[in-house]
Amino acid sequence: MRIACPYCGLRDVQEFAYAGDSCPQRPDGPDATEGVMFEYVYLRDNSHGIHEEFWYHAAACNAWLVVRRNTLTHAIDSVFPVKDRKAGTES
Amino acid sequence: MSAQSLRLAGGGLIDRAQALTFRFDGKSYEGYAGDTLASALLANGVRLFGRSFKYHRPRGVFSAGPEEPNALVELRSGARREPNTRATTIELFEGLDAKSQNRWPSLAFDLQAINGLASPALVAGFYYKTFMWPVAFWEKLYEPLIRRAAGLGRAARLEDPDHYEKAFAFCDVLVIGGGPAGLSAALAAGRSGARIILCDEDFRLGGRLLSEKREINGRPAADWLAATLVELASLSEVRLMPRTCVFGLYDHGIFGAVERVNDHVAVPPAHQPRQRGWRIYAKRAILASGALERPIVFPGNDRPGVMLAGAVRTYINRFGVLPGRDVVVFTTGDNGWDTVSELAAAGIRVASIVDSRSEIDPAFKALAERVGARLFTGGIVESTRGGHQLRSVIVRDASNTRSLVPCDLLAVANGWNPTLHLASHQGGRAVWNEAAQAFVPGALPSGLAVAGSAAARFTLADALRDGARLGREMVAEIGVTPTAAEAVPSTDTETIGLKPVWRVKGGTGKAFVDFQNDVTDKDVELAAREGFRSVEHLKRYTTLGMGTDQGKTSNVIGLAIMAELEGREISDLGTTIFRPPYTPVAIGALAGHHRGKNFRPMRLPPTHHWSCELGADFVVSGQWTRAKCYPKPGEDLLRTINREVLAVRNGVGVCDVSTLGKIDIRGSDACEFLERVYINGWKTLPVGRARFGVMLREDGFVMDDGTTSRLDENHFLMTTSTANAGKVLQHLNFCHQVLWPNLEVHIVSVSEQWAQVAIAGPRSRDVLRGVVDTEHDISNENFPYLAAREITVGGSIPARLFRISFSGELAYELAVPADYGVALMRALMEAGEHFSITPYGLDALDVMRIEKGHVGGTEFNGQTTARDLGFGKMMSSKKDFVGRLMAKREALTQPDRPCLVGFRSVNSMSPLTAGAHFVCVGQLAVMENDEGYMTSVAYSPNLECWIALGFLKNGPTRLGEHIRAVDPLRNHDVEVEVCSSVFFDPEGARLHG
Repeated sequence: MRIACPYCGLRDVQEFAYAGDSCPQRPDGPDATEGVMFEYVYLRDNSHGIHEEFWYHAAACNAWLVVRRNTLTHAIDSVFPVKDRKAGTES
Repeated sequence: MSAQSLRLAGGGLIDRAQALTFRFDGKSYEGYAGDTLASALLANGVRLFGRSFKYHRPRGVFSAGPEEPNALVELRSGARREPNTRATTIELFEGLDAKSQNRWPSLAFDLQAINGLASPALVAGFYYKTFMWPVAFWEKLYEPLIRRAAGLGRAARLEDPDHYEKAFAFCDVLVIGGGPAGLSAALAAGRSGARIILCDEDFRLGGRLLSEKREINGRPAADWLAATLVELASLSEVRLMPRTCVFGLYDHGIFGAVERVNDHVAVPPAHQPRQRGWRIYAKRAILASGALERPIVFPGNDRPGVMLAGAVRTYINRFGVLPGRDVVVFTTGDNGWDTVSELAAAGIRVASIVDSRSEIDPAFKALAERVGARLFTGGIVESTRGGHQLRSVIVRDASNTRSLVPCDLLAVANGWNPTLHLASHQGGRAVWNEAAQAFVPGALPSGLAVAGSAAARFTLADALRDGARLGREMVAEIGVTPTAAEAVPSTDTETIGLKPVWRVKGGTGKAFVDFQNDVTDKDVELAAREGFRSVEHLKRYTTLGMGTDQGKTSNVIGLAIMAELEGREISDLGTTIFRPPYTPVAIGALAGHHRGKNFRPMRLPPTHHWSCELGADFVVSGQWTRAKCYPKPGEDLLRTINREVLAVRNGVGVCDVSTLGKIDIRGSDACEFLERVYINGWKTLPVGRARFGVMLREDGFVMDDGTTSRLDENHFLMTTSTANAGKVLQHLNFCHQVLWPNLEVHIVSVSEQWAQVAIAGPRSRDVLRGVVDTEHDISNENFPYLAAREITVGGSIPARLFRISFSGELAYELAVPADYGVALMRALMEAGEHFSITPYGLDALDVMRIEKGHVGGTEFNGQTTARDLGFGKMMSSKKDFVGRLMAKREALTQPDRPCLVGFRSVNSMSPLTAGAHFVCVGQLAVMENDEGYMTSVAYSPNLECWIALGFLKNGPTRLGEHIRAVDPLRNHDVEVEVCSSVFFDPEGARLHG
């Protein structure tokens, strides 16, 4: 596979570390409950088809990326820095 | 030396001026440059190449390419011996040495051919049914016996003396196959100026044009081939790679290929690899891999002398070899008739032509008459006769009359299977094309197009047309303007008219489907009878297609027979999926130089060469090679370590600790960031001080520990353990970029930028005074325990000084820019000479940290909590931090969870072993009685006994208790006393001196 890092360009997948589904949100703050945290830490859907997931560009720019990948075909339709996603949804 | 008695007088793409001597089974022969081992042996009249896998039947050459199921040999000898190489693809070289396989005592007289007599017992599923009981017999008795009898070649069992390389290439269009379709595609695409790579596994480009007598534009095809190769060579962006097999298609246009750089010489020239494993990144690819001819199943179809009709043409036209003198051609379509005319053109007698079709073109009848061959229309070859060599065939004609036809070569033409393997490497299933009577590529991976025979478009005209069209289309797709289309070259006419026959019934004897694995039509029948009817079951029950040839000649025939037995269409039955590699690939070509000590990068601390000068012993610690200890002449390991430990405790020692991870953290929210990633608080840490911190994973287990220093209000320097440096950096980046992007914080690794040296022992301050610039006050009052400051050394060299201690002594860590590391070490040694300063290594460091109960890598095993490690009280209740909630889970907070304590041998001279489990005295050493486990052990020269750290249920409440440390793996069973994990200087007085 190859991933188009927004900072480094099209790079071989060996440079990246995979880190699973990017959708779960960490229940931040002192009010979070153990049950919600348990779900965040352990529970993931084993989905097929389009999957938004984390990749860490470990061997280069250290950016955490959100990659939209089809798990059936490995086709990647978008890659963006996770920081951009947060800016888009929170601010 | 045998003469090349079966070499034709002229013709062939061999260099008759360059004779090569080679050996097969110890006997010397001569061939020519341009030969394969198979063609050279055939030229010398050798017909018997090997014995079959299961029945040890005599086998000869069946094909002329990579699909060869029979002619497998051991190539070369000694450490270079390579088993199961196909004689049909081995390029002949001077001094080549090959041996036949799977025969004993000799090829001609093989005792195990008796397996053929016991064959009723060796049918499909035989192993599963017969060798079931008793269970234990399988591993010890049955399997070794079966493996000895049935087998292929022998591996060398010696280290491969040759080098292999990995290489990477990028191109616009990759063309796979150098036949007419591939060459015409490369030409059409290459003329545009796009970057083209053309690979072909053969050592000569041309594909079928090398094997067949064809015409292009009214002239011999060889002229077109020569002109095309000249033009391609003139295009600067076109790269031709013969001897390169593209074996796999992977995601996103990545192709695996192996280039046989020096397989065609006995020994690679100096500094050259034998093979090169390529990873080719292509924007578009054209699969022009051609097709493989398929056999017909009839009794005795494996006898030496039965050969694919296309291979017969190859041996005549390309290699100038007479594959037989009396030939019968058995065909099910028009293609076999081309073999007839080419045999005749080469002056070889065609005894009979058996065409299974009852209606054929009158022109073929005229051809049969012209060559003087007896023609059987609507006939079949029912069986063959002969021993090690075909002597005759029995032909059954349309009226069921049998005739014995003497011959020494039977050419079989039953249509072609597209070489579509790469098209299905991404999971796309091949689909049956009724018109072409072949499987063709189904849904294609994006960016891949298929040209010519690989798409079941079998005529030369179609190959040229497809190539030219797709070459232009592919470059256009990536935004390169193709040159104007030129007229596709014309060819002589070619007809297909195929009506394949899958198997012939009625004869007696074994009829083979899969030659390499000795699978017969009876095995397929048995599988059908016993319910193994799906293609996947058929394959696994009979082993059809599971040899090193992966069923290149057998798969489709096997499916067709199953379909016939089941009364189903081949299209309903489907086919198994092809997976990489297309042909066997040596592991060496995949590994390249990454083996032995080059398996992964070796990281060296800044003072490595200085340690070498001192004669240090080294140890690999994670990615790093670190000094283990610095032995003096005549000193054994334990004495060395003891000396180094005592030198530190009683005087002063130095140790390179640069391998620790160092992470620079800045920004107005840097302190808040640390609050969230560490379990303990950071807001109260003043500038110029360091603090010990522990961080958890989100699941509540400990990730790492280390000291973090506040160099300025918004500037921290974190240290991590050596092993976790990368993991912690990744974690911090995750926390920042994913969890809290709104924090103003900047994180960067500076591990490589700073050399860091520990100076430890009561005299360490005295030594430091000799290197630290005098304006910096490092007295106990002004630079107390846990002070951390930016200073200068050696005049004006920037440095960072930390008063932290892993050894428990008065100690410092001094960091300088990495390039000054060695100079700093030499300056420290000089400054410490008066105090007998002693370099110490990783082992002494480990002994001292165990004496102090400091946890290390073996305690951070991913299963321990902060509480287990004795850091429970550090967990702040006033803030949220990573892992806080999960660490509270019931099972992680149970009081009887194994907790960190110390242990010492009751008999002080009994060594302890890490990994031992604790069992109460008097109890059986079984899992139910497990009380915990030992993680770190050391001989303490200060306590003069063996000590250890470990995790014990209710540990801290059991001090003084005696318990067994049992290590069944190393046969250790030692009684130990539970004690405090701090063995030495429990008050910590020495730290503050």
